[in-house]
Order: sequence, then structure tokens, then C-alpha cells
Amino acid sequence: MKLNERSLAFYATCDAPVDNAGFLYKKGGRHAVYHRRWFVLRGNMLFYFEDAASREPVGVIILEGCTVELVEATEEFTFAVRFAEARARTYVLAAESQAAMEGWVKALSRASFDYLRLVVRELEQQLAAMRAGGCPPPPRRPRALPPKENGCAVWSAEPPAASPGTSTGTSAGARSGPERPPLPPRRRASAPNGPLDSASFHQLHEWYGQEVRALRSQWLRSRDPMDRLLEF
Amino acid sequence: MRYNEKELQALSRQPAELAAELGMRGPKKGSVVKRRLVKLVVNFLFYFRTDEAEPVGALLLEHCRVTQEEPSGFSISFIEDPERKYYFECYSEEQCQEWMGALRRASYEFMRRSLIFYRNEIQKMTGKDPLEQFGISEEARFQLSGLKA
Repeated sequence: MKLNERSLAFYATCDAPVDNAGFLYKKGGRHAVYHRRWFVLRGNMLFYFEDAASREPVGVIILEGCTVELVEATEEFTFAVRFAEARARTYVLAAESQAAMEGWVKALSRASFDYLRLVVRELEQQLAAMRAGGCPPPPRRPRALPPKENGCAVWSAEPPAASPGTSTGTSAGARSGPERPPLPPRRRASAPNGPLDSASFHQLHEWYGQEVRALRSQWLRSRDPMDRLLEF
Repeated sequence: MRYNEKELQALSRQPAELAAELGMRGPKKGSVVKRRLVKLVVNFLFYFRTDEAEPVGALLLEHCRVTQEEPSGFSISFIEDPERKYYFECYSEEQCQEWMGALRRASYEFMRRSLIFYRNEIQKMTGKDPLEQFGISEEARFQLSGLKA
């Protein structure tokens, strides 16, 4: 497939602030050797360079349709970028510290264009509802509000994501919190494992967030107990 | 530059923002117009031979300029080489405008600017940061400082 590589290289090296940058070890495709590379995340593109001073990337990982997970490896602070597409390559990367790894996992899980589009749509709807209704609505899932409804619809005033770990909002149709008014008849429940397009932003965010938290606690449990003695 | 081609191919099969058969001419001197199925998915423009399942190529739409050409066509060029243009021919002025609008809004950077704009507007109206409820208000990618001056 032809690709406008010069434009890609420009996007990698242009002046604007990056979304994340740092050294990571990248496991080679064919061999088990890790190569230390300078990684730059910009938008939904993860570029990697020979080193921080290189003017052109060695390569790029396009971050659509992927999940980021921690992996069991002999190398510390390892995580993987895995794609839904079965034939696509999984990238195994290792950071140089716990903090760096967590930073990368967070940044990469939120890097897709799809995710950004969901956030933008959510804010667009909030703003439109505020302007139409003349009063700011409490934060709630966008799917619960049919487009033509008065922006001052009475929903639970409780912000849904205040304690994300306890929310059960990710299952289709499940409702959390007391005193929810009845749903308008046109609402369609959507599940997080349906097409990304139809999950509400809140559901999707919850889903990603839960996955990261679950993996993190798994990692915490699996660590060598001796490591914990080193913490203060 | 290496890239994950299989993932890009999979992306080309995702639901498109816009898709149509257009006339397309490459930037090289002397290239001719060819019929291509053109498909906009996230910030990529894929183009296929009309009878093939795999794209001939893809254009990443960051830092690009979309210009009207002739009666009902447009061109895409990139900031690092503005004279190098990809030309597209539409069947009507209306279709041309539709494509131009969609392509101008298709970049990640445009989305990011929109987000920052909405975030600011909502914050002005309510005094609250709308990203806080989702726990992403500190994300580097959503900061005002992320915009080029």
C-alpha cells in the first residue's frame, strides 16, 4: 500500500508539543532482542526513532483498533499494543520505570481517533444542550438524551464517574444510582463490546478505565514481594 | 518508514465517514485521471481500484490543505510540499463541497482543537471543567498549551 511517508515524517517531527515521548525497548519482530528506541506519540500515531536526535522515524505504529495491556515477561515494565485484526502484529514494549510504563499505557489507551471523536461528540452535545435549554445539564450519558429534548431534562444530579470503580454503567441497560427517572422510550441500550460507534462515550471511558485498573491491580499482585519492601 | 500495514488494511475496511467513486490524479507530472473508490476513515484517505478489496494507497490527512480546483474538483496538498497535489474530480459541485468540508475536519489535530474549544466554552458557561467528570482533565493531549501558537 502506498503511503504519503514524507507527510508522515513531517507529522512526526513538526514543532507542536507531543502527547508523550521517551525511551522504550521494542521487541524485534523476528528475534527476541529488545531495541532501545526513542518513541514519540502524536495523535493516533506512535513514531519510533533510532534516538532522540534522529530527524526521521524508523517506523510508526498506527493506533486505531488496538488495546494496550500489561504482559508477563522477563523484562520489567513490559506492556503490549495488540490489535483486533488477527493478522496484525502485536508490539511488545518495555519502559524504564514503573511510572513511565503507567504513563505510556494511559497515553496509548486514549490515543485513538475514535476515542477523541467520542469525547468531542460528548462535549458538543453538552454545549448544544446548554445553549438550547439555557441551563447547564448535569453530566450524564449522551445516549440517554434524545436529541430534541429540552436541555433542562431532569436526570439524577449525581455525576456518574465520581467513583468510577463502583459504577456498573458498562453493562447494557444497567443503571446505577438511586432515583433515575424512567428512560425515554426511544433509548437504545448499547454494550461496550458492540461497535465503538454505538457505545456512549461514558461507557467506553468506563470500559477503558476498568481495564487499566484491573491490569494494574493484577500487576501489583504479581510483583515479587521483595519489591514491596523497597517502597516507602 | 516501517508501519503496521495489516492494521492499516483493516482500518480501510472500517465504516467510512465518506466514500465515493471519484476521478483521481497523482502528484507526479504527466499522471492521468483514474477512477478510484475513495474512502475517508478517521484521519486517513484510502483509495482503491474500483474492483479491488485492498487499497492502492492511503493519505494521512494531518497538516494538509484542501483547495477547490476547476468546476467540481479539489486537491489535497501537504504543508511540507505545497506544490505536490493529489487531484480529485467529483460529479457535482455539491459533492465537491461535501468532500472538502469532511476532509478539512478529518485530521486528529482539528478534532483536538475542537475539543479544546468546547472544553473552554463549557468551562466559561458553568465554571466547571467538563473533562473532570471523565478523569481526563490532566491528559497532556487535551491541554490548551498543546495548540501551536
